[in-house]
Amino acid sequence: MSALYVLIAISLIVAVAFLLAFIWSFKEGQYEDDYTPSIRMLLEDQPNENKKK
Amino acid sequence: MENSVSVDQDIQVKTAPKEASHHSGGNIEYFAYDNKIVSMFAYATIAWGLVGMLVGLLAALQLVFPVLNMDTAQTTFGRIRPLHTNAVIFAFVGNGIFTGVYYSLQRLCKTRMYSDVLSRINFWGWQLIILSAAITLPLGFTTGKEYAELEWPIDIAITIMWVVFGWNMFGTLIKRRERHLYVAIWFYIATFVTVAVLHIVNSFEIPVTFMKSYSWYAGVQDALVQWWYGHNAVAFFLTTPYLGLMYYFIPKAANRPVFSYRLSIIHFWALIFLYIWAGPHHLLYTALPEWAQSLGTVFSIMLLAPSWGGMINGLLTLRGAWDKVRESVVLKFMVVAITAYGMATFEGPMLSLKNVNAIGHFTDWIIAHVHVGALGWNGFLTFGMLYWLFPKLYNRDLYSQKAANFHFWIGSMGILFYAIPLYWAGFTQSLMWKEFTQDGFLKYPNFLETVTELRYMYMLRGLGGAMYLTGVIVMTWNLIKTAKAGKLTENESAQAPALVKEEKAHQGEHWHRWIERRPIQLMIGSLVMILIGGIIEMVPTFMVESNVPTIASVKPYTPLELHGRDLYVREGCYTCHSQMVRPFRSETERYGEYSKAGEFVYDHPFQWGSKRTGPDLARIGGKYPDSWHYNHMDDPGAMSPGSIMPRYPWLLDDDLDTSTTATKIRAMMTLGVPYPEGFDLVANKDIEKQSEKIAKSLKESGIETASNKEIIALIAYLQRVGTDIKASHKPVKETK
Repeated sequence: MSALYVLIAISLIVAVAFLLAFIWSFKEGQYEDDYTPSIRMLLEDQPNENKKK
Repeated sequence: MENSVSVDQDIQVKTAPKEASHHSGGNIEYFAYDNKIVSMFAYATIAWGLVGMLVGLLAALQLVFPVLNMDTAQTTFGRIRPLHTNAVIFAFVGNGIFTGVYYSLQRLCKTRMYSDVLSRINFWGWQLIILSAAITLPLGFTTGKEYAELEWPIDIAITIMWVVFGWNMFGTLIKRRERHLYVAIWFYIATFVTVAVLHIVNSFEIPVTFMKSYSWYAGVQDALVQWWYGHNAVAFFLTTPYLGLMYYFIPKAANRPVFSYRLSIIHFWALIFLYIWAGPHHLLYTALPEWAQSLGTVFSIMLLAPSWGGMINGLLTLRGAWDKVRESVVLKFMVVAITAYGMATFEGPMLSLKNVNAIGHFTDWIIAHVHVGALGWNGFLTFGMLYWLFPKLYNRDLYSQKAANFHFWIGSMGILFYAIPLYWAGFTQSLMWKEFTQDGFLKYPNFLETVTELRYMYMLRGLGGAMYLTGVIVMTWNLIKTAKAGKLTENESAQAPALVKEEKAHQGEHWHRWIERRPIQLMIGSLVMILIGGIIEMVPTFMVESNVPTIASVKPYTPLELHGRDLYVREGCYTCHSQMVRPFRSETERYGEYSKAGEFVYDHPFQWGSKRTGPDLARIGGKYPDSWHYNHMDDPGAMSPGSIMPRYPWLLDDDLDTSTTATKIRAMMTLGVPYPEGFDLVANKDIEKQSEKIAKSLKESGIETASNKEIIALIAYLQRVGTDIKASHKPVKETK
């Protein structure tokens, strides 16, 4: 039974950690744009051969 | 009101310059992606997939043809089954995760992995862990906890490798050239953090010898920790990393953006928050406190929402592009994978309802359920990813589209042939267990009847597994042909502008000003503080006064019984037998008094089991004479014709190793088992006395055996199980 309290405590800590991560990511501006990221990941960044020379 | 308006304005003012500076990046930088490491993990995925599924097929066939156990310890079902689960989860899916993460993380961060050395250590270390598992599990080194069977030295190695993986991943994140973290990366991060927590907490064990340990927790506690771990292994090893892969590879394969990026954000946060609580649904109607069961049920049902949110997001990514699915075998695999995910995550919450669980638990329904997830979701997403990756890595088209299509169809049919017979078997057996005659007696009092009934379903399941495996073999051939015809670009050159450090919008401002303007965040912050304080104060208070109702008549195992119990763990008896009588009339009639929390306080680890391929053993003690157990372990088929239980002849031949008795007793004393002081030194004397008694009783039944054989210890344990409360509580049967 005592493990129950340990686990609830750990579950809460994990949950709170995710909450803090959420707040942090919000603050960092991860949600300012919820459209371009989904497009950006489709674009590959092939090196521009001309520039490289 | 006025306050909220000013908050809005503040956000607008602050974000404006940020947007502007978003892409006014630095100089263009040239670098190369590490494709070599991706290909290494991809080959490991394929190889271990073949091994894990082959072992699974063997296990499936052993249930139809017990002769396939080969009367050898190392190839017996109880050891083969953990080998199968560990191989497909940690070797096949594990390498699949690394393949996908190492490929996508580099591209999403526009940088090479942080360290090539760490990448290689991650690869070879993980393969060594798998190899050590493949050797130790058949040899009988196991902790006896499902999906966490590996012994303590391997547990430590896993921890180290996981840290290496995390170090490499976060190093890559820090040196990234793209400020925004794509949603797939969030799933990878959550996977890393949570798996670390789960693994460490569940692996708390006290080493006894080099390859033997006892779980730190006992009975109810151990069960709870184990299924908190077990369920979240499903959540954070089989689900979140694969959702990350889904969010990367499906848009890539379809060349379309994900249906809703906003939905993916909600999906992520809701899913990770809810999953962690759902573990107790594996313990419904057991001796776990009722409120914990209810908590698990409630969270499991809520999980349906984010799970289906993710499924819908994945499927709708293909909106208006379904014609591509007709042509692309990659998308075919992925569509079936997401559909299987949707089915499994609908079924999961349903199975968490207590009334449904009462039917499904301990039956093949659960095996069908997990395989829809494993074969459909994990398997097919992996195959889709590999078919997409190989042509990319090797710069040529897939060797044979036809063969890939064949794989798709035989794999899909394999899933159906696997799952449908097992659903049927699960319902059949559960209904047979619960059926009473009009006079109030069990209609099928002989458990064996409910097993032999399933024979043909098990055969069909084996066929389904074989079809699925055939597909994987064809894929292996196809991918190797693809690789041979092309050439691996070990280092793929790329370019991206350097990431310029963002200018702070409110430079020089005191950090606390930020939160001061945000009442909601401030409230959350204070709540967190309160919770931390509360936890620190409450946990010790609760822990001092444990509230498992102790039962005075429950005593520690004798040293011989303890050895017997270790043999029970070693042989993996829990893979087929439960030790948990649920409080149903159909179960108390069949097995005896239902199980109480206080009965398991000395069980390190608990052995409640999760599947009844054979009958429950919680009340086996005293049910049969010693001689019955002796003959039954030698040849179950002789005692119960038609039984599918393997033979255990080596238990009759091998001597019990009593050199570890003292260490074992001392370890148990450390864990709080109340043996008298100095008992560890005289324990072997106690063993001699008890084993001679059993040998004598066997002799009376005409069985000549030395008293130092392993079978004696196992009989001692089996005769003890569940008898402690028989003295104080009369079994239901007798009070009738």
